[in-house]
Amino acid sequence: MPGTGELHLAVALDGAGWHPAAWREPAARPGELFTAAYWADLAREAEGGTLDFLTIEDSLGLQSAGRSPGAAPDDRTDQVRGRLDAVLIAARIAPLTRRIGLVPTAITTHTEPFHLSTSIATLDYISEGRAGWRPRVSVSPREARHFGRREFPELSPQLLADPATARHMTDLFDEAADAVEVVRRLWDSWEDGAVIRDVPTGRFVDRDRLHYIDFASRWFSVRGPSITPRPPQGQPVVASLGHGPVPYAFAARASDIVFITPGSAPHARETVAQVREAEIDTERTGPPLAVYADLTVFIDDKPGEAAARKRRLDELDGAELSTDTAVFAGTPDELAELLTDWRQAAGLDGFRLRPGVLPHDLRQITRGLVPRLRRRGVFRAGYAESTLRARLGLRRPASRYERSPA
Amino acid sequence: MTKQVILGAHFPGVNNHTVWSDPAAGSQIQFGSFAHLARTAEAGKFDFFFLAEGLRLREQRGRIHDLDVVGRPNTITVLAALAAVTDYLGLAGTIQATYNEPYEIARQFATLDHLSGGRAAWNVVTSPDAFTGENFRRGGYLDRGDRYVRAAEFVQAARELWESWPPGAVAADREKGEFLTGAPARFEYSGLNFSISGHFTAPRSPQVHPVILQAGDSDGGREFAAHSADAIFTRHSTYDAGRAFYADVKSRLARYGRAPAELKVLPGASFVLGDTQAEAEEHARYVRRQQVSPQTAILLLEQVWNTDLSAFDADGPLPPFDPDPEAASIIEGRARMHDDPLAVARKWRAIAEEKNLSIRDLIIEVTGRQTFTGTPASVAEAINRSVQDDACDGFILVPHLIPAGLDEFAAKVVPLLQERGVLRSSYEEGTTLRDRLGLPPARPAASWAAARREPVDA
Ligand SMILES: Cc1cc2nc3c(=O)[nH]c(=O)nc-3n(C[C@H](O)[C@H](O)[C@H](O)COP(=O)(O)O)c2cc1C
Repeated sequence: MPGTGELHLAVALDGAGWHPAAWREPAARPGELFTAAYWADLAREAEGGTLDFLTIEDSLGLQSAGRSPGAAPDDRTDQVRGRLDAVLIAARIAPLTRRIGLVPTAITTHTEPFHLSTSIATLDYISEGRAGWRPRVSVSPREARHFGRREFPELSPQLLADPATARHMTDLFDEAADAVEVVRRLWDSWEDGAVIRDVPTGRFVDRDRLHYIDFASRWFSVRGPSITPRPPQGQPVVASLGHGPVPYAFAARASDIVFITPGSAPHARETVAQVREAEIDTERTGPPLAVYADLTVFIDDKPGEAAARKRRLDELDGAELSTDTAVFAGTPDELAELLTDWRQAAGLDGFRLRPGVLPHDLRQITRGLVPRLRRRGVFRAGYAESTLRARLGLRRPASRYERSPA
Repeated sequence: MTKQVILGAHFPGVNNHTVWSDPAAGSQIQFGSFAHLARTAEAGKFDFFFLAEGLRLREQRGRIHDLDVVGRPNTITVLAALAAVTDYLGLAGTIQATYNEPYEIARQFATLDHLSGGRAAWNVVTSPDAFTGENFRRGGYLDRGDRYVRAAEFVQAARELWESWPPGAVAADREKGEFLTGAPARFEYSGLNFSISGHFTAPRSPQVHPVILQAGDSDGGREFAAHSADAIFTRHSTYDAGRAFYADVKSRLARYGRAPAELKVLPGASFVLGDTQAEAEEHARYVRRQQVSPQTAILLLEQVWNTDLSAFDADGPLPPFDPDPEAASIIEGRARMHDDPLAVARKWRAIAEEKNLSIRDLIIEVTGRQTFTGTPASVAEAINRSVQDDACDGFILVPHLIPAGLDEFAAKVVPLLQERGVLRSSYEEGTTLRDRLGLPPARPAASWAAARREPVDA
């Protein structure tokens, strides 16, 4: 049953941290955000804390102080701008880590599903079974112009309350669900053991175990099979973020994990109920979605210190941190308490923590929070399983194209 | 002046050159195999590692081709991981201009260049092929003539993106509170194939423009190399063919205001080594038999005859009838190998009759022999001679075995090249791949565009 297994902890990495002024902290490394060493150090720190997995944010456009989806780039020079391809960052750090799951974001709206499938499968090979993928849609007409192949409408500030915007966004999530379906079919398009290397018959593969996927929908058609053999996990883990019914339905159709953004324990309980409804509405068949709450965190040992630090950052930035998640500022003990409460109240499977400042708040998670959760007996002492699916309690499925043995 | 030999290490893949039946043949997909070849190449002071690409499994007679290695990883994802297990080696990947968009590819190569400290290279290939296009939302078909128009625009658009952030745009100055030195800069590119504008997400990378390779051989392909590429990957690996090709492509550069040294000519080359010439040749025969199994012999014959020959015995004589050049192609997913099948068949029949060869022996005789067969000394000599005599600027070596197929070359041939002073003993020429290849620093996008728009006719 969800929420009663072991607690799962993930960390969300993005730039210098989730506070727009994070890069200005003395311990931040703002000049290194585009280097491999920076990401490698963060990944090693997260792995040192035996976290289940890390996620890496991405988008096909520049960051903006405006937080609404599709916000136009602004002229601010006092916040972090720019990012590298998240899948490639994950690939770059995979050989430097051994146990932690690697879950980069990649966009379904403009990227070919075929390329998405082979790149995540390849990440799974490189990491020996630790790959995941966070699919994300790109709603912005500006990002669409980076590709010049589709015209997107300007988003209404009312978002889903505006019919045209609602249609646009629903379409993009429908398309994303089809993209994930294609990606998943391609992962299965080589049965396990399709590579036979049979010298007497001269055959490298058994082509009866390779399958066309013949997917066709309103958005695209893809023939298959993949060019990449079935990845070590069979199906790498798919995790998506949602703030409402449309993305919950998408998650129920496409994902293994959904990240939600409740403001409180009761709100978390309501949201989990909405997610369960979406599972019923979409007639989900696989194991239930694992539900993780996202939380932005500022952590210091001394009471009051984290809140003061966050205030200082807000002042530097000229505005109070505005985010889609609840914001925690406190001690490791207080955070351990909060996570335990929320989990019990709402039946959450885990949390994805967004460090306000990197590497500071990540170190507080690995060195402050994790030992305290262990002392409470709610977090494992180390890594036992070697693949991400196994760690998350997901069995490795057979390819959907495999005929059951006669 | 003595030229330096450029060396690339090609991870062998989906054709019968790659021997998978040997007991020493390892995985074609596990990362360890890629890491082994890359580390060997770096120990041998090679310039770069190289990956090919094919985006649909090959088919013959309407079925997936099963006799050669099948399956490969995503090109750029493996290269990003190899950056973690090497420090100096260039990382070159083949990526289609047809089934991709400039924004994304430019972003991936900028990322690779950042994450490898300036070691990224892109082999731009084009395909007019609707068969492969069935895997992609944009479909695939491009008129033959339009392929290089799209490719040139694609590279031009990528250059605009790569340099859209001004130099030093990231200040990361805590004191002044300036992450950027100025407001984010826009890019804009408009052409026949792409009309795009907005903001690129990656700052300038160490090389600014990753090294561009090109692999087409037609007149259009060579011209594309002349106006848009830093290096050309070619099949012309023999001395005479190499000299003709070299003279041809280098002569095309002046029109675009470029010096001969600005385009490197790099043929693909295979090799078999032995302690004596006789031993090398003996071993080469063994390798050739592994490369051409009876089933593969029939299949390669079908590529000329263009018809189902599965009823024929590979150890028997050639079919009594001639190819039908009018019949629809039976092979999909790779470039057509023979321009005039009737002429090829006539030639092969003559050879088979003269030497009394079976189908398999004939195929072994006439297809894909190794470029270099000999002792380490003779191979080093042949490589150096080709480079010094302008048959090429170096080679992209394709071992026939994974993972260890380059080990012997790195251990035995490389020291001889180093002794002659034509291969580095340590990586010390600058920090980027561009520096190591002896290429000039990246020229601004606008200057590439201008030279292409107004070629100077001599
Ligand atoms: C040495 C060499 C290597 C090539 N490697 C690839 C490859 O890895 N992937 C690919 O799709 N095409 C590859 N090609 C195909 C070329 O990009 C091009 O499509 C083909 O040569 C036909 O173009 P052309 O008529 O200009 O020669 C290669 C071609 C050559 C000569």
